[in-house]
Amino acid sequence: MTTDEEQRLKDLAHRTRRHVVRMATEGGCFIGASLSCVDILTYLYSGWLKVNKDNLKDSERDYLLLSKGHDVPALYGLFAELGFIESERLKNHLKTGDHIYWHPNRNIPGIEFHSGSLGHLLSVGVGIAMDIRLRRGQGRVVVILGDGELNEGSVWEAALVASAKRLDNLIAIVDRNAFQANVATEDLIPLEPIEDKFRAFGWDVTRVDGHDFDALEWALYDIPITSRKPTAVVADTVRGKGLPSISARADRWFCNFSPAEVQMLLDELEGHRRAELESETIVAR
Amino acid sequence: MQIHSSYEHLLRDLVHADERFIVMTAENRAAIRNLPGQIGERFIDVGICEQTMIGAAAGLALRGRVPVTHALATFLTLRAFEFIRTDVGIPGLPVKLVGSFSGFLSEANGPTHQAIEDVDLMRGIPNINVWCPADEQDMLLGLETILRDPAPYYIRYNNTQPVIGHSPEFIPGRAEVFSEGSDVTLLTYGTLFGECCKAAELLRQEGVSVGLVNLRTLKPVDTELLLKAARESRLLVAVEDHFKVGGLYSILAETLTEHGVQARVLSLALDGRWFKPALLPDLLEYEGFTARSIARKVIQRLSEQ
Repeated sequence: MTTDEEQRLKDLAHRTRRHVVRMATEGGCFIGASLSCVDILTYLYSGWLKVNKDNLKDSERDYLLLSKGHDVPALYGLFAELGFIESERLKNHLKTGDHIYWHPNRNIPGIEFHSGSLGHLLSVGVGIAMDIRLRRGQGRVVVILGDGELNEGSVWEAALVASAKRLDNLIAIVDRNAFQANVATEDLIPLEPIEDKFRAFGWDVTRVDGHDFDALEWALYDIPITSRKPTAVVADTVRGKGLPSISARADRWFCNFSPAEVQMLLDELEGHRRAELESETIVAR
Repeated sequence: MQIHSSYEHLLRDLVHADERFIVMTAENRAAIRNLPGQIGERFIDVGICEQTMIGAAAGLALRGRVPVTHALATFLTLRAFEFIRTDVGIPGLPVKLVGSFSGFLSEANGPTHQAIEDVDLMRGIPNINVWCPADEQDMLLGLETILRDPAPYYIRYNNTQPVIGHSPEFIPGRAEVFSEGSDVTLLTYGTLFGECCKAAELLRQEGVSVGLVNLRTLKPVDTELLLKAARESRLLVAVEDHFKVGGLYSILAETLTEHGVQARVLSLALDGRWFKPALLPDLLEYEGFTARSIARKVIQRLSEQ
């Protein structure tokens, strides 16, 4: 990746993070999980996925399904930057006059399917990938999974089926931010070694730094790794990435900050001084 | 389209005639045993994974397909309930949910296999309709209409042999009325239609004026027919191989209440319990759902006024 291209992606991700932070007030949002996947989504939508604002209904497009769902502010922020939706529309977050709420839905251009209940969209992705195969299409289906979401048995059921049906046009990307809701994943239901688990289910696996665009390019360059096998990409990320004051903390999952705190966080995002946060943690699950 | 002798033949021809149809199963092939060789890639068996089948069906439907999914009724409606509700119900995708061995048809399997809350669960999901054919002939008469309907449907698969010929005019939301009666109207759906048909004959022999109705679809339900029967018969009897809660008896109560119509109603259903596992004729006898039992209970209730 050229330096210019890398800087372009960093700038895009940065602007997306600013949208996310602005949604973490007046009701709040799942800011930590949203910030952890911003760079993954930024990379995917910057040329890797064959999808853009002009081909959102094209049957030959690539699909991205956000299975963990509650990280949708990242996608909405990115969609605003990419012109899928007007930036102004993000001000409607949580307002009854629009459809921008805590989980994705198809009223927003670019959202392929609603989610919120964990463990659903890998199987939906299996169905889309099977239809692309039936029609001899070239489209690929990317499913973003949370690491905590891997607790759900239905993820592994779908993983078995994807492997059995040899869906090499299906790619699962695990946003491995090491936290689920209120605790560190390894303190509750340990997931490691994740790569071995997917391998044992018949998938090819690669592991990557989910905040390194160059590394993401290398990891995603040559998929499928093996013909007739689905691919899992375990992307190591940091919950709350970009904001040291909230990052990698079990108690900063769902946050509803005051307007003044949002301003401090926006400054922190610019590399200025660390925000002083007083809002109480909300345990929303 | 020619006259079909079986569900499988009709489904095969529909798949050949319309590329939207995909046949799926969670490794339950009783009704579709020969289809893999006949429809090729459009037969998808996902193994014993009801949730994944429904999620994948939603994915296929997003791409314009009409997946016709098959599983044992109890595992389809219970194991995959949240997938049906969330991935099919919320978006209203045209996925068809074919549940086999529903109600008394699970015979000697035991309570794990008894789908006797399926109508309740499926009709409770917005956008999802419910069709319960009375027997194989009734099922073949309605199948193409239901599969081509843009709505998602739960279908209580029923290949039992008919005791009487059915009307070829099939319209969702329209009941099939065999007779009208001033004393009693037997309202039923699915497998027990045959016993009700014979019970009606027994009652007529006793001089009772009997109405007999095969509801066909429970959602949409034939509201006008239910109200008419309530006004014209002294007693309505809701006969079903389903829990008393949430099935036809509940639908009837909701309908009468909503329209402010009073009626005497007798429920013949499973009241808060699972049924005795046995072969169909034996369990009908044991549970009191033979034609003779039904007729006796009706006469008893008629005599109580």
